[in-house]
Amino acid sequence: MNLRRINMLLATVGVVVMGAMETPSPSIADTAETTKITVKDFKFDPTPMTVKAGSTVTWTNMDDEPHNVTSDTGLFRSGGMDTNDSFSYKFDKPGTYHITCSIHPRMVGTVVVQ
Amino acid sequence: MSDDQSLLSRRNALKCMAYGGAGTLFALSGGVFAPIDLAMAASDKKAAAKLGKPLFVQISDTHIGFNKEANPDVAGTLTQTIDIVNGMSDQPALIIHTGDITHLSKPAEFDLAQQLFGRLRTTEMHTTPGEHDTTDATVTEYFNRFGQASNNKGYYSFDHAGVHFIGLINVLQFKPGGLGILGDEQLAWVAADLKGRSASTPIVVFTHMPLWTIYEPWGWGTGDADQLLSQLRRFGSVTVLNGHIHQIVQKVEGNMTFHTARSTSYPQPQAGVGSGPGPLKVPSDQLAGMLGITSVSVVKHPQALALTDTALA
Repeated sequence: MNLRRINMLLATVGVVVMGAMETPSPSIADTAETTKITVKDFKFDPTPMTVKAGSTVTWTNMDDEPHNVTSDTGLFRSGGMDTNDSFSYKFDKPGTYHITCSIHPRMVGTVVVQ
Repeated sequence: MSDDQSLLSRRNALKCMAYGGAGTLFALSGGVFAPIDLAMAASDKKAAAKLGKPLFVQISDTHIGFNKEANPDVAGTLTQTIDIVNGMSDQPALIIHTGDITHLSKPAEFDLAQQLFGRLRTTEMHTTPGEHDTTDATVTEYFNRFGQASNNKGYYSFDHAGVHFIGLINVLQFKPGGLGILGDEQLAWVAADLKGRSASTPIVVFTHMPLWTIYEPWGWGTGDADQLLSQLRRFGSVTVLNGHIHQIVQKVEGNMTFHTARSTSYPQPQAGVGSGPGPLKVPSDQLAGMLGITSVSVVKHPQALALTDTALA
């Protein structure tokens, strides 16, 4: 098995990269909307984040160090996000989604979709 | 530092990890300490020459593409590094780059890095990727440029001057919580690669992330490294090199010497200091003293290698 293939497979789901969002981020969204997770000081904040199905979650890197957002199940994977870069993913199905920064794998977070 | 007593006492002292510091020296099993201050090496060319012909030079963590305050000119400091290597009176046979060639795995970053490496007088370069080289969504940019030696697997071996070199990859899989992983397939390949090899063969292993746990909370280690190291213990001289943490940390354990090289781009904090292993901002007049390379020479006995760290200033 080629290790590289694993990551190539992980990266096949389409994603949308957006600019930084201005809206304040509630940790629980009542309706499907866009919510924001800050990546700062080597942490995803907030975590866990609970959203309604159909919501788009945007992660923005506020560190000088690059980070990325990688789904533990291979559902999505951002490219490397430099300072102020953002990455968004729309969660259509309810469930618990675990994410990691593959550059700093001790950085873990959870998105709960209701 | 040539008498045995002195060597032993120094070795004992080095069993404790030593962090940072300008110019540090250490020996391999049966080796000889080569006490050269590396800040001094820049000003005293003869001191470096005393170490003999370098077998190879390790360059690490060039992070081409980084442009923040900690070092707005990483291309410039890599150029300085290359000038130091090109200025060595005896050119090393090989260059080994232990990863994080680029900062964000962007094609333009790889292109600039390769353009700069093209200035090296030593043309044979071996690489292993860092996690910053594999952040592109498809993990293809590194392998398209540097994957040929390993048939795109990321791990391979070769021989030079009687030394067996093994390049391994530990940045594609991670243990929950953050340590890198070699994986069963790669470990099985190492076992096959070492099978039947004489214990007197000097071994050099190079990876990006450390193969010994320096600081687990920051992922400075490799979760299944013990399964690799147990295969290496029968060899008389094993040198284990990595980058990743942008500072010199070293350990001697039996016949194995572990050494992490400085970066050529920016320093990082000591383990556990601050929120995480990000760029460390230092006054600009101190930066060059915290960047550098590691030179490895064969000394006296064919089974011994000596490592020398050289700072940019």
